[in-house]
Amino acid sequence: MSEAVGLEAWELELWRGDRRLFKQLSLAVRPGKLLHVRGPNGIGKTSLLRVLCGATPVDTGRVLWNGVPIEAQRLEYHANLAYLGHRDGLKQDLTAVENLRFARAVSQGSDPTGLTPFSERLDETLTELELKHAANLPVRVLSAGQRRRVAIARCLLSDASLWILDEPFSNLDTAGRRWGDQCLARHLDRQGMVIITSHHAVDVPRHATDVLDL
Amino acid sequence: MTPATPGQAFIALARRDLRLAARRWGEAGNPLVFFVIVITLFPLALGAEHTLLQRFAPGVLWVAALLAMLLAQESVFRADFEDGSLEQLALSPQPLWILVLAKVASHWLLTGIPLVLLSPLAAYALYLPGDAIPTLMLALGLGTLLLSLLGAIGAALTVGLHRGGVLLAILILPLAVPTLLLGTRATDMAATGLDPQGPIYWLCALLALAASLAPFAAAAALRIHLE
Repeated sequence: MSEAVGLEAWELELWRGDRRLFKQLSLAVRPGKLLHVRGPNGIGKTSLLRVLCGATPVDTGRVLWNGVPIEAQRLEYHANLAYLGHRDGLKQDLTAVENLRFARAVSQGSDPTGLTPFSERLDETLTELELKHAANLPVRVLSAGQRRRVAIARCLLSDASLWILDEPFSNLDTAGRRWGDQCLARHLDRQGMVIITSHHAVDVPRHATDVLDL
Repeated sequence: MTPATPGQAFIALARRDLRLAARRWGEAGNPLVFFVIVITLFPLALGAEHTLLQRFAPGVLWVAALLAMLLAQESVFRADFEDGSLEQLALSPQPLWILVLAKVASHWLLTGIPLVLLSPLAAYALYLPGDAIPTLMLALGLGTLLLSLLGAIGAALTVGLHRGGVLLAILILPLAVPTLLLGTRATDMAATGLDPQGPIYWLCALLALAASLAPFAAAAALRIHLE
């Protein structure tokens, strides 16, 4: 193992029933790097991401965060992780603001001094999302694309350094996708890490993107 | 970056659930309506005979409360599981058991406490002696919290099933029987002028046991479903 910072996976193997999804799979994501996981439907992209999140235990192999197995430091690892799955994970009866505030309250304590206060960041993000007018409507009445934007905003507003995104840009229009790419680029600028599955090309100029074909 | 303390996460989740319930108060009120219906049906079916109703009152009250609790239990984790919130919670930097405990607490506040508050009225309808009402309320308070904790295990085990309601009842009823017996006994003793301390202390002991084990069991069951 070379430099220990970031996420590493060694010789992962995962079975689903009597089907082997992947074997001898190793990967590493370092600060400022993006890993694009590609492959046809049903090949096991989501399963791989869930393994990397620590949600699914692998049959063999291990996943290391900063050189330490993730099971040995779950809380520490999850404090640095923002995951976006197929489902938005938003409460339909709460407004976008309430959803985002709740996600923040569960993961992060009071704002560290010296940084922009959370409510200001929330405000900025909603403006950027073009959701300002809908911020106080229940998420139920938003369109699928708008809901997806709110879910992406949850990652933006977390202070996590590792983003694991499963088809984050589904339901987004062209402008939304452009905005999504900008978010990724900014996160990489801040030495963040991204693991993403997407059927579309991820366009983050000036940044090295690794591709993993399953 | 400072992660939220488990206490902060507990409060955030409990508040969110209470707020959600306030937006859908019709759904949250279902168990109460059920409780009231069962209680009003008994005098109608048995006739308004004073002594008969009085004798059955503790049992009827407790069975109705148990079933009302069970009715609401199924949905404790279901909605969060289906919309992906549970996944987000499981991947948050918090011990899952504290989040389970927060869900149990809000479930109890939304169903247990209203049942306790409604019970004097129900007791009156069944001619339960007025002296027994404080004991009934205390025992119901302890008993419903106990049922919420036990029910969380069942709800966590059946969260991935589409029609988990009956299975949940089968899983939980054996665990719930001691609560029913002790609660009925305490109410009965108070109604006949005996000192109900014994069963009340037993309820407290079971509550302590359930509070220290159930959140961990439910959290483990949820993790399995989220794999």
